[in-house]
Amino acid sequence: MKPGSVSAACRALVTRDLALAWRRRSDALNPLLFALIVVALFPFALGPETAVLERIAAGTIFVAVLLAGLLSLDQLFRSDLEDGSLEQLVLSPHPLSLLLACRIAVHWLTTALPVLVVAPLLALLLHLPANVLPVLLAALALATPLLSLIGAVCVALTVGLRRSGMLLTLLVLPLLVPVLIFGAGACSAAQVGLPFAAPLLWLGAWLVLAVVLAPLATAAALRISLT
Amino acid sequence: MNAVDLADHPPLLAVRALAYARNDEAIFGPLDFTLNPGEIVLVEGDNGSGKTTLLKVLSGLLVQTSGEVLLHGNALTLAKLSQQVAMLGHLPGLKMELSAMQNLRFAVGLGGIRPGITPAIALAGVGLAGFEDQPLRLLSAGQKKRVALARLLLVPAALWLLDEPYANLDREGIGLVNRLLESHGRRGGAALITSHGAYAYTSGTPRRIALRPESGERKTAAEARAAATGASA
Repeated sequence: MKPGSVSAACRALVTRDLALAWRRRSDALNPLLFALIVVALFPFALGPETAVLERIAAGTIFVAVLLAGLLSLDQLFRSDLEDGSLEQLVLSPHPLSLLLACRIAVHWLTTALPVLVVAPLLALLLHLPANVLPVLLAALALATPLLSLIGAVCVALTVGLRRSGMLLTLLVLPLLVPVLIFGAGACSAAQVGLPFAAPLLWLGAWLVLAVVLAPLATAAALRISLT
Repeated sequence: MNAVDLADHPPLLAVRALAYARNDEAIFGPLDFTLNPGEIVLVEGDNGSGKTTLLKVLSGLLVQTSGEVLLHGNALTLAKLSQQVAMLGHLPGLKMELSAMQNLRFAVGLGGIRPGITPAIALAGVGLAGFEDQPLRLLSAGQKKRVALARLLLVPAALWLLDEPYANLDREGIGLVNRLLESHGRRGGAALITSHGAYAYTSGTPRRIALRPESGERKTAAEARAAATGASA
């Protein structure tokens, strides 16, 4: 009677979450559509002048992507709580924080990565200069996992509450403001020809910190939410 | 129930003066009982008497307010316990979009597997052969319950905590639960099942633990044997 290994548990969780995401693929595409629609609306509102759009492009895309991420956050643990799988996850013999790290990684893969993939298209819609695009992609690649990790902690805290949507937004947004400032800051620095490495490195440092700490905090918060 | 071994081995589960209170309001307890390998014990009580809370405390999901829970004579910790305890709550913990096989494979990955059994055998064992690849949302409530029972068969836990296992099941399903419980007992496992009394474990005469809504005195006939403190408030 030996329990399975930790790697087997993580593999089982990733396999199941990917299968679930595939079954709910229309849900997973929501953030993508949202970001696309928001970005597509800006030229209509501001007019098609290249100079104007160029100046706001990076910031607009950043805001749209982060808000799109917020849309999908609430789903992170909600259905697991409602059908009792969360209890089974907590009761499993393996470290909960590791399992949750897998869950957050799958969430990022299925909701943020598609947005990242269409980001060049978004950039094209707003006439973002081609030399800024790599910086934008790098900043988004660092910022979206941060959103998933910070968001997971907040979701874990609020998942036990009914109608937690508004509260979740209030909790997450202040934490995302620095991410937005540094991410969009790197892009606008690149746009005017200033060095942009420092803000990106800051984002990277936060990401490293969040990868280590956020799963632990999420596990602790979930245990509180379950009682 | 082999009384011979009992003197040598600590009981599978021993509960001493266990109580749980939420916001200073006693939910149950103090409660004393022991559970030996091979024993199936029924926890009885009306709605709201704290049966589910008791199972959650024993599974480690909730931390007791006072008293202690000993598993094989050792104090209970979540890490040690989850390999020994399988819980089936009101919520089945299954994903409706996925098939029975996908759900069971996930359970095995998470909790390990008992030697000599596969998800397919377990599904056949609960009478669901042929439903392996159907999404669960297409199955009836009783069939979903059977999938949840198949999960219990798979994971290598000695102690089963079943919350209202008879709910949603037809006569045949009730018989199935009883058969599963009996063979689990023969393997040396033990089970604690809650029931509000409408259906009950019918094979043999199981020991009963009564929970009452009010806190304070608590008395169970069988507890005299286990040298419990009995009624004294």
